[in-house]
Amino acid sequence: MTRTAKLFKRLRTERRCGLIAYITCGDPDVHTTIRIIAALERAGADAIELGIPFSDPIADGPVIQAASQRALAGGTKIGDIFDIAERIREESEIPLIAFSYLNPIMRYGLKRFSESARKSGIDSVLITDLPADEKLSLGKLGMIFLLAPTSTDARIAAVDRASDDFVYYVSTTGVTGARKELDPTLLERLGEVRKKVKKPLAVGFGISEHAHYQTLRDRCDAIVVGSAIVRAIGDGDAAGAPDRAASVVRRVLGR
Amino acid sequence: MRALPDRRGYFGEFGGKYVPETLMAALDEFERAYRKVSRDRAFRREYESILANYVGRPTALTEAPKFAALCGDFRLFLKREDLNHTGAHKINNAIGQALIAKRMKKERIIAETGAGQHGVATATACALLGMRCVIYMGEVDMARQELNVFRMRLLGAEVVPVSSGSRTLKDAINEALRDWVTNVRTTHYILGSVLGPHPFPMIVRDFQSVIGREALDQIRRRTRSLPDVAIACVGGGSNSIGLFFDMLRHKSIRLIGVEAGGRGPSLGQHAARFSGGALGVLHGTRSMILQDEFGQIAETHSISAGLDYPSIGPEHAYLQQIGRIEYHDCSDDLALEAFHRLSETEGIIPALESAHALGWMLRNGESIKHSGIVVVNLSGRGDKDVPQVMARGDAPSS
Repeated sequence: MTRTAKLFKRLRTERRCGLIAYITCGDPDVHTTIRIIAALERAGADAIELGIPFSDPIADGPVIQAASQRALAGGTKIGDIFDIAERIREESEIPLIAFSYLNPIMRYGLKRFSESARKSGIDSVLITDLPADEKLSLGKLGMIFLLAPTSTDARIAAVDRASDDFVYYVSTTGVTGARKELDPTLLERLGEVRKKVKKPLAVGFGISEHAHYQTLRDRCDAIVVGSAIVRAIGDGDAAGAPDRAASVVRRVLGR
Repeated sequence: MRALPDRRGYFGEFGGKYVPETLMAALDEFERAYRKVSRDRAFRREYESILANYVGRPTALTEAPKFAALCGDFRLFLKREDLNHTGAHKINNAIGQALIAKRMKKERIIAETGAGQHGVATATACALLGMRCVIYMGEVDMARQELNVFRMRLLGAEVVPVSSGSRTLKDAINEALRDWVTNVRTTHYILGSVLGPHPFPMIVRDFQSVIGREALDQIRRRTRSLPDVAIACVGGGSNSIGLFFDMLRHKSIRLIGVEAGGRGPSLGQHAARFSGGALGVLHGTRSMILQDEFGQIAETHSISAGLDYPSIGPEHAYLQQIGRIEYHDCSDDLALEAFHRLSETEGIIPALESAHALGWMLRNGESIKHSGIVVVNLSGRGDKDVPQVMARGDAPSS
């Protein structure tokens, strides 16, 4: 069982809604990314999504697009993600989820990727542009697939089957990015999906406020906060980035 | 020949549907709607009537003996897609998809454009059918194709500048996909080439295959035989697959696709996917892609915006792999030379895209069978490129 799967088991036992924090690796630089992750964990994040920067992130809004560009311009390579994971693993057992587009993983090699990822302490992988129908063999890595508001019942069932650790429900039709209000139809749809999905369910896209967390905490196993953290990281110097990222997590959790 | 793509949208190992989950239902809906209209006589009548009475089909087949004499010893025929309304083959697909969108009750249309030809064609189809139209275009392309930006606005379309990435076609597609993910319930995305996730490569091909169907028929009537060689330029690959599709089953016809050789063979200087690319996934489809060793998509260069793209349609990747189509490239300079020669010898100013097919022939005409019959797809007219050629200061030869 991956650390991610164990986390979701524990969250159920504790009857608690977890928080998964997304960061773009290498923004502002690899060293700072490691410090940011440690700070996010101390602030209360239960798992970390390690965003692998890609030149053409079609599912991402402006904030994560800009972070990816900065990371790539700074020379971040896919190998750096494994270095980051190894460094985190020296002191922490926090679940690490690689979050990527397919092309960099294909180019690195599927087998080589799954081996490097496992060896460095990465538990799971979510590939934004890989639908459940195209599930790849990535060794012992837990595969996570997205569900969307537009998913039909047949697709909900397929995604539930294909996902190993949890199912990631996209809260609204759109790209990543913090939004003031939750999609007004989210709660109703989430209730429907909740009934159909057997795996643990995390909700992401647009979640950035304590009020969102309060609304969702009894309706899913975890929430994902991404763009709000990434924006805070980019909003000042590298030295202050870990504190700024951590304060977003504390704010959302209401601590 | 087995009908491709297969049920999952693959041409051999190429193709598929690699998109965020949010779009999967829309792709299924589009495919169902397409299968339905394919069996619907009223749809075919409406589409064919617009092609005949509005677009101007069938397009002419023009013999070009003086240009042929510069290349070698064969008969050359040009399939005149440049004579279509809006000046290129793009309209064949734009009208077809807009009609399907209408039947799906999607009132808002989005599209990407590089050189502006697909944008103009889509804006035209939307004006004709009374639909809202938003075109995404890279800022770099907007600057080099100012005239087409103004044309789209005249036609009532909103043109949205794309300032991310390389600010060209690839980024315009990224932005169109982001719009589609957001507005998928009300919006149809008219993709302009045989690219993107299934079913786009299949549907765009089918709408463009009218080019080869007409050309075969015209050649047979004029020469009482099949062509020996068919040549077309390949960006995403819609004009070329349009010419080639009905010829695939005639094994005697040699099919040649010409990619943009740009300034030379180093990464970033061209758009020749078969000589410089590697298997990958971009914009929803698995194909040959120009990328660096870490899987980041490479910038490309071509003098023609319509060929300036890092990936190629998956069906082309398949047909290259099985050896049915051969692919070559033509440099910026050679394409420019062909642009001038065709204008001077035949009184036809070709699009710089189409000039790549002609340019390859200028240098490689001796490889073509003695007194053979050659058909080249003249996919678009060169009016849009005149300011660019003027700005280079290339003097006409006399």
